[in-house]
Amino acid sequence: MSTILPIVAFVIILVCAGLLFFLTLPPKRRPRWGLRPITAFSELIRSLGLSVEEGTRLHLTLGHTGITQPTSASALIGLQALERITAVSSISDRPPLATSGEGSLTLLSQSTQRAAYRLNNALDLYDPQRGRLTGVTPLSYAAGMLPIAHDENVSVHLMIGHYGPEIGLLCEAAVRNNAFTLAASDSLSAQAVLFATTKQPLIGEELFAIPAYLQTSPAHVASLRVQDLLRWGVILALVLSAVLGVFGWL
Amino acid sequence: MRSPVATAIAIGVGLIVLLSYLFPLPVLASIRMLFLDWAIILAAVAGLVAILNLFSVHWRKIGSPRERDYYSLFFILGFIFTAILGLLLGPTDERIRPLITSVQLPVEASLVGLLTITFVVSAVRLFALHRSWISGLFLASTIVFLLVGSGIFLTNDTSPVIKEVLTILNILPGAGARGILLGIALGSLLTGLRILLGMDRPYSE
Repeated sequence: MSTILPIVAFVIILVCAGLLFFLTLPPKRRPRWGLRPITAFSELIRSLGLSVEEGTRLHLTLGHTGITQPTSASALIGLQALERITAVSSISDRPPLATSGEGSLTLLSQSTQRAAYRLNNALDLYDPQRGRLTGVTPLSYAAGMLPIAHDENVSVHLMIGHYGPEIGLLCEAAVRNNAFTLAASDSLSAQAVLFATTKQPLIGEELFAIPAYLQTSPAHVASLRVQDLLRWGVILALVLSAVLGVFGWL
Repeated sequence: MRSPVATAIAIGVGLIVLLSYLFPLPVLASIRMLFLDWAIILAAVAGLVAILNLFSVHWRKIGSPRERDYYSLFFILGFIFTAILGLLLGPTDERIRPLITSVQLPVEASLVGLLTITFVVSAVRLFALHRSWISGLFLASTIVFLLVGSGIFLTNDTSPVIKEVLTILNILPGAGARGILLGIALGSLLTGLRILLGMDRPYSE
């Protein structure tokens, strides 16, 4: 690695952190930004309400990546969604169930649910068995979720995490049980499968918009704004390097 | 307020690991290795705890009048059998490995077979799920790039112009994938930053 690259990376991280802090502050002089409507999220919020009213269960699956792996960002987004969803449906007859395919992720899902119950002053209703490991290999993880889809009266499946094509098994089970499915993954193969098998797939970086749309905190909306700015930066850099390349200056 | 100690530890460790990646000074690198060793040990312990949790879930399912599941009995028996054999003989024993893989591999192979059928059914049902032009584009591009990628159009008689067109077509999926991955990378960067700044704390109650 050349000596300039780490410094550039460090500066980019510092600028992003600064922007994140600035945009998280309450807007006094800045205009308040709205989020563009995404059908998947309005459908999700409607399905969440219906699930609580009908006394059916919500199942959120976080994937099978380890928390120390480079693909853990999608699982962290899943955990934020889990916290919000547990908070709004903790008093339901059938509270949400979180599954994962990796040990540390299972423990984090239990911890996240516990935190949501504690914030709702309903810690006595918390059950650690609502954060489950279903299998430690990708296929056993997918197979372990199938009984949940068929037997636990689940009406909403949220798939937010890192998967392989095996996630198609759960999607098929969800379709057979007429359950609502919203799916997002950082894996390209999983995205292709999810597009073909779920009703509301989120493509690409839409995954990272989930916490903002679930109204978890201003930091998540600010994070989306910074992401947009960075995207423009990447576009400019790509166009500029292409132009410079064409004229032989790069 | 959520645990300030856990937050401080997470931020401190995260910053040290990040700085050691960017500026590989010997002091930072040795601290990073120490943290990574701890993380690996903790992840292994977490795996053990989660497996015990899986056992307890199935144990409760056998006795639960509301969600009784007799298949859980097979899990419990299989788990005890494998765990006892593994503890007595060791996981690398030549008698255990074939015993476990001769069950695990056929089951997983049958699941892959099931997955293939699921994909075919999903392809047929695609237009029922998404009534839009994107479904058509998705299906058409899948077929086109499958054919182009298979190389059936490349023969000795293929004209240079068609070869050029096929080369350009072969670049398109990679370019699209890179576009999606760039978006994912930006999102991952911001997610990591939120954890580093203590804005998200999935580790803390």
